[in-house]
Amino acid sequence: MENMLQILPQVLVDGLTLGFMYAVVALGYTMVYGILEFINFSHGEIFMVGAFIGTEVLLIMDALGGLQGLNPFIALLMALVISMIITGMLGVGIERVAYRPLRNSPRLVPLISAIGVSFLLQDVVRFAEALHRDAFYLTGPILFPGKLDIGIAQIPTKALIVIVTAIVLMIVLSFFINKTKWGIAMRAVAQDQSTASLMTINVDKVIMLTFLIGSSLGGATGVLFAQNYGTIDPYIGFILGMKAFTAAVLGGIGNVRGAMVGGVLLGVIESLSGAYLGPLTNGAFGGEYKDVIAFSILILVLLFKPEGLFGEAVKEKV
Amino acid sequence: MGTFRNLMAKEQPIPLLLTLAWIAACSVALWVLKDSVTSFVGLILSVLIIYYTNANKWLRMALGGLVLLVIIPYLAGGNSYYMEVATNIGIYVAMALGLNIVVGFAGLLDLGYVAFFAAGAYAYGIFATAQANEFIPGDLFPLGGEWFWAFLIVGLLVAAVFGILLGLPVLRVKGDYLAIVTLGFGEIVRIIFNNLDKPVNITNGPQGLSSITPPSLIGETFSDAFHFYFIVLVVIFFVVWANLKLEHSKLGRAWIAIREDELAAQSMGISLLNTKLTAFATGASFAGVVGVIFAAKQTFIDPTSFTLMESIGILVMVILGGSGSIPGVILGATFVTLLQVQLLKELSNYLHELSQAGILSLPSQLDPSKLQRLVFGVLLILAALYRPNGLIPSRRKKEDIGAIKSHAHAEQKQGILAKLTGRKNVS
Amino acid sequence: MAKGKVATRGFLAAILSTSLLVSACGGGTSQGSGLEVIKLATQSPLSGAYANIGDAIRQGANYALMEEKDEFAKLGFDIQLFPQDDQGDPKQGVANAQLLVSNKDVLGVVGHYNTGVAIPSSVVYEKGSLVMVSPANTGVDLTEEGKKTVHRICARDDAQGPAAAMYAKNTMGVKTAFLIHDKTAYGQGLGDQVKAQFEKDGVKVLGYEGITVGEKDYSAVINQAVSKNPDVIFFGGIYAEGGLIVKQAREKGYKGIFMGGDGIDSSDLANIAGAAVEGVVYTSVAGDVTQTEVGKKWAADYEKATQKKPETYSVYGYDSMKVLLNGLKEAAKANGGKKPSREQVLEAVHKTKDFQGQFTKVTFNEKGDNQFAEVFIYKFENGKQVFVGKAE
Repeated sequence: MENMLQILPQVLVDGLTLGFMYAVVALGYTMVYGILEFINFSHGEIFMVGAFIGTEVLLIMDALGGLQGLNPFIALLMALVISMIITGMLGVGIERVAYRPLRNSPRLVPLISAIGVSFLLQDVVRFAEALHRDAFYLTGPILFPGKLDIGIAQIPTKALIVIVTAIVLMIVLSFFINKTKWGIAMRAVAQDQSTASLMTINVDKVIMLTFLIGSSLGGATGVLFAQNYGTIDPYIGFILGMKAFTAAVLGGIGNVRGAMVGGVLLGVIESLSGAYLGPLTNGAFGGEYKDVIAFSILILVLLFKPEGLFGEAVKEKV
Repeated sequence: MGTFRNLMAKEQPIPLLLTLAWIAACSVALWVLKDSVTSFVGLILSVLIIYYTNANKWLRMALGGLVLLVIIPYLAGGNSYYMEVATNIGIYVAMALGLNIVVGFAGLLDLGYVAFFAAGAYAYGIFATAQANEFIPGDLFPLGGEWFWAFLIVGLLVAAVFGILLGLPVLRVKGDYLAIVTLGFGEIVRIIFNNLDKPVNITNGPQGLSSITPPSLIGETFSDAFHFYFIVLVVIFFVVWANLKLEHSKLGRAWIAIREDELAAQSMGISLLNTKLTAFATGASFAGVVGVIFAAKQTFIDPTSFTLMESIGILVMVILGGSGSIPGVILGATFVTLLQVQLLKELSNYLHELSQAGILSLPSQLDPSKLQRLVFGVLLILAALYRPNGLIPSRRKKEDIGAIKSHAHAEQKQGILAKLTGRKNVS
Repeated sequence: MAKGKVATRGFLAAILSTSLLVSACGGGTSQGSGLEVIKLATQSPLSGAYANIGDAIRQGANYALMEEKDEFAKLGFDIQLFPQDDQGDPKQGVANAQLLVSNKDVLGVVGHYNTGVAIPSSVVYEKGSLVMVSPANTGVDLTEEGKKTVHRICARDDAQGPAAAMYAKNTMGVKTAFLIHDKTAYGQGLGDQVKAQFEKDGVKVLGYEGITVGEKDYSAVINQAVSKNPDVIFFGGIYAEGGLIVKQAREKGYKGIFMGGDGIDSSDLANIAGAAVEGVVYTSVAGDVTQTEVGKKWAADYEKATQKKPETYSVYGYDSMKVLLNGLKEAAKANGGKKPSREQVLEAVHKTKDFQGQFTKVTFNEKGDNQFAEVFIYKFENGKQVFVGKAE
């Protein structure tokens, strides 16, 4: 028992790190959903592409000898920026080709093209990596190998970087949405597309912007993910995307604050149940039930608060 | 109103003679060439052509029956692969029709549908192997193949109970929140099946259940793809019949009413509880029945057959074919299954031969046998873009929306009109 | 509306014609070389998360087939590889199996990777008398069901698991162990065997936990393991997860031994785990290539031909195909140089005795298990796999 308490701080640190990653990916789902009421299934794959681009950037810099003597923060920043630019454009391109023509078709149809995009991205990345490096598992250079020992737990520097970067991204995003002209336009479009367009807001541009921001956030998380766990493959997007979507719903989909809280909560729940279920039940139910716990909590939350933790209750008009 | 009447009529029917010629040509080709994939696919497609043929209902049904019950088994029955493909198509058609009740009719997005399929499969799998001895005393199991027929009903009931279980929370949760609740439910069921080998060994966990007893009847064992083809055909017949009956029944109309506007439906006296729960239970029960067949056909089941991807795959069939449209969903399921288990395979085998013969030069990293999912992804995007309403759109929906659009007040876009014409409801 | 109708028809016509075209292409296979076509299939996951392993099996088998292509041409046969993608999905595996059985040119199968796919597929092979030689299925059940067509060259879990556990106890002297497995038929099967042997030998099992394949964050389970400070952490699973687990465990300050089965026998383990791979011990059913001159030359040739380093699974795929080709040759000889039937090939393969493959000697017993399947111990030193010895 004493042993179990001892690891609690460490478990929480690991849970938070994972949770912040869920949170940033969840933002991408939530933004697109808020505006188009559409579950962008391919968002997990954008995250994956971001992870590959970031890692490739670092690997190329490393191969050119650029990483020696370079401040790791600058290297990370470069990887982040390049990855965000490319994934942002990728997101906009996908919207233009696969979703925009479907804007007035039945609500579930974009889901089909999104699933198609997912398959396509997975295999394109896989083939590109297979041709380029002969294997599709990619392991990048670690920029921050150190760790911070605070006595009760060890915080790896890279985890700290993940958390700080995630928080910075979220602050910038919420400033953008709440204070800037384009942010206000986004909220207007989310409220009512046709009225917004009457107010001379260019709805197409706003949607493009939403995809640009959401996708680049996904790409940035990919880079952070690759840094934190070291190894990536073309299939990481599926599980993480599913979890991030769950997080978005838990917090209240369409709500930026909700996505953050939902992500962190989900990460911590997973970490706690993974570490404690086995010992607590004497091995009868092990850590493999962590997803069961996470989903059960989600279902319970939705039962008592059907719009998620932070979602606004939508009154229906007859 | 002119367009309205146009839609009521059959869309440019195909002349009967042409249909007969098509069937004859494919049959002869299959007869002469034996292993010709073209003619086999042609024969399967002839069911669709019959659907569009200019002939009365009974003649069309007779023709369809002739193709499915006589021509296909007679000409392709010797080739177990073709029968396997046809059986797989049947299994997915039945499941897609079940999901169509939930998604297409009642408008409830379900991302965990495969859980019901798993429930049916495990119901038979556990008792038709020695597995049940692990937790039931007395050396009673495996059950004999005669029990298979009883288990078709058991599978139906078990899945229906699962459906009601899932349905309960659903009453409070709406829209896309429902999607994630059902997704979570599906994952919970799969993870539990994957882990129930301890504390009590019920499902044998990831090792799966093997040597499942094949069905038998009066001493005859049915273990070939050929036999399962007929079993599946009978089940599909019932499923389609039930779907057609339900679609125009009071219940079916209630489903469609809650799909279009829950509040309005409620105020018309429709009970949300009963309507939604029956939608889930009915949809689930179809999956349960084919789950039993799947387990018996495979003779082995493990949790990897029941992943989220499988649920998504079935949803794709429904939406691609035309949500809410029975012929559409049948076509969607046929199309996707045919692609996955046959056409993509044939394509990659063909490309592989080309590259081996040196006509096509590809690096080994791009071997055509690996390209199946990529091609499938591209096809999904194209289908969504070019057939957004599905391959065969639901006729009722088109009629209704057509009528509403031509209505004098349609431009105001309020309430139900706003929803139907794709605008957001202002709150 | 008229436009919509035309589109409907057009689309239907398009589906029809494309599917006809596609399938028409797939139909014909006649070739004019005068040789009799014999197809040998591989069944392994070529897409999805296990694709690299499945592809290694395919490539190894292909390399073996290419080596003997000319020899078979002299005998009057054109042997071709017929690679199938089972996607690690039992349903696809069975459908592929039906395709193989219904194609008369197919006389043998190398496959599968997943035991869960192999079991239902072998039911179909059994009906078609199509011989299957498995390069990688270690699940005990596979050969216990008494199917004549099923053969494997690799060791079973109930040989490898106990061997690993006994090595850990007797040679490395561990007293406490923590077991992690990947909740797949392979990983858990191996884990169960190791656990049973540990318990029999009085090694204290401090925990037995499953993880989810495909995730990258295993810190929850690792926190639990590390806090108990076991002498050995044994992982039943594949290198993709194994590499991450050893890395994350070392980062969390775990100092004990890390051990795994043949699933982590891959140079990729070192790529994934980085420096943490140092000292990882694993069991494998493949003897060491680089110990002998012949082996070194083989590895070099293989790399030259395929531009890829031989992986464990390509090696298994290679030997499986060699066993199959050997059987085919025998069967053709017995059949007076004519194309043998499936039953004849099956019989010849089943009779394989003292066949020296590149990595393992093969003699099948009644069940189709390889009598010579031995378990070897390897260790990572300086990022390289080093041969330690044979496990007793």
